[in-house]
Amino acid sequence: MSDVTRNEICVTACADAFRGDGEIMASAMGVVPMLGARLARATFAPDLLVSDGEATFVDGDGTAEGWIPFRSVFDTLWSGRRHVIMGATQVDRFGNQNIACIGDWARPKAQLLGVRGAPGNTINHTTSYWVPNHGTRVFVPAVDFVSGIGWDRGAVEIRVVVSNLGVFDFDTPDHSMRLRSHHPGVSVAEIVDATGFELAVGDAVETRAPTDEELRLIRDVLDPTGTRDAA
Amino acid sequence: MTDKRLTADDVVAELADGMTIGIGGWASRRKPMALVKAILRSNLKDLTIVSYGGPDVGMLCASGQAKKVVYGFVSMDTVPLEPHFRIARQTGAIEAVELDEGILQWGLYAAALRLPFLPTRAGLHSDVMRINPQLRTVVSPYDDAEELVAVPAIHLDAALVHLNRADERGNTQFLGPDLYFDDLFCMAAARRFVSCERVVAARDFASEGSIHTLRVHRGMVDGVVEAPGGARFTSCVPDYDRDEVVQSAYAATAGDPDAYGQFMERYLGE
Repeated sequence: MSDVTRNEICVTACADAFRGDGEIMASAMGVVPMLGARLARATFAPDLLVSDGEATFVDGDGTAEGWIPFRSVFDTLWSGRRHVIMGATQVDRFGNQNIACIGDWARPKAQLLGVRGAPGNTINHTTSYWVPNHGTRVFVPAVDFVSGIGWDRGAVEIRVVVSNLGVFDFDTPDHSMRLRSHHPGVSVAEIVDATGFELAVGDAVETRAPTDEELRLIRDVLDPTGTRDAA
Repeated sequence: MTDKRLTADDVVAELADGMTIGIGGWASRRKPMALVKAILRSNLKDLTIVSYGGPDVGMLCASGQAKKVVYGFVSMDTVPLEPHFRIARQTGAIEAVELDEGILQWGLYAAALRLPFLPTRAGLHSDVMRINPQLRTVVSPYDDAEELVAVPAIHLDAALVHLNRADERGNTQFLGPDLYFDDLFCMAAARRFVSCERVVAARDFASEGSIHTLRVHRGMVDGVVEAPGGARFTSCVPDYDRDEVVQSAYAATAGDPDAYGQFMERYLGE
């Protein structure tokens, strides 16, 4: 389908991040990852548990199926039975992530959110990242503050980074970042230029487009008002 | 029967300069803003604020009353970055203790249980350990010999939380989907103050929610303040949602002392 948008490619790529996860909690920060989690559950990963963003697990038709207040979210994540897609203001080649601050923490140039749950997430369960603005300010040689730990610091699993340009994994001997696929219309050279560290490139393929059924679900069922394009 | 009803100013009169004060709620959700406003009107200073932070933290930073803030994040949900808190951090106006959200929970829980620490993996190998040299690790005494973070108890001099209903004796009821960590804030504190939307008779609790909503009971509460709208502009569902218009207006005053002063004059008068 030629009219597939970049955001729809990214939603599908986020969905694919949850492939094989089984009956665990799928958390997602941001519109595109959340749509990805819900798309995965509606298609190939029906056992995923997805919350409404507050304190209720809801199934595909919106029925409440469980109570998941923050207390239980913390318990679940420490149990390891969770995969989250978080944002990343900075990420390095081993998947260390920063959402705390830019500059020296003691007196930051820019205070951001704070570390939130990133340290606990990454040492307890699978974590992926969504970066809507791929560039050398985000994909940096070293993050200013390690909020979420990467592969080189003992993360359980940093599975993928989905950006607006491509999908990246860590399937290399030293778990450094590798270009898995470039989105349609994006060249490998463009991605390499927009990445501030040496990226393993290998035989990257084009990111898959959503199937007709996935596209129908995204457009007519999961996001009929098009919030994915306002994100 | 002890009648624990107080005014917000009565609560502030029980606080003192230099105290460590825990504030319940989460980001811009069910924050005890009526009690925070009473602090803002007072001369209290040099406070240490412990919070899953939102505008409570931003305002106490902007007023200069917070000397130190202990947090896992400071956010207003729909305004992800709390701008007044950001200014305080970026100008070095406050001392900061930045923790993983779960570490903060564990610190409160350890205090609640009178334990010196509770172990966790959260924080290991992250820069949370670098910036918090007070966090030490402990080795499991069992065969696994795993090294874990020993989160020290976070003792509070006072806890301030806002819940939907309470009776005169300090039994309370939360009617929204999430208690957040309000029970732990109360249990970690020497003095516990709850503001509520409405004071009701205990027999009326059952008409609004199940037994499970009576999580914070009078054994955990020293004072009750009836404060309708007392979480505004943060949310207090199902009584009311966040007031996004007022929150946006508050956020827009960051960096403009005149606009902030005008906003706060109006806000504190409400």
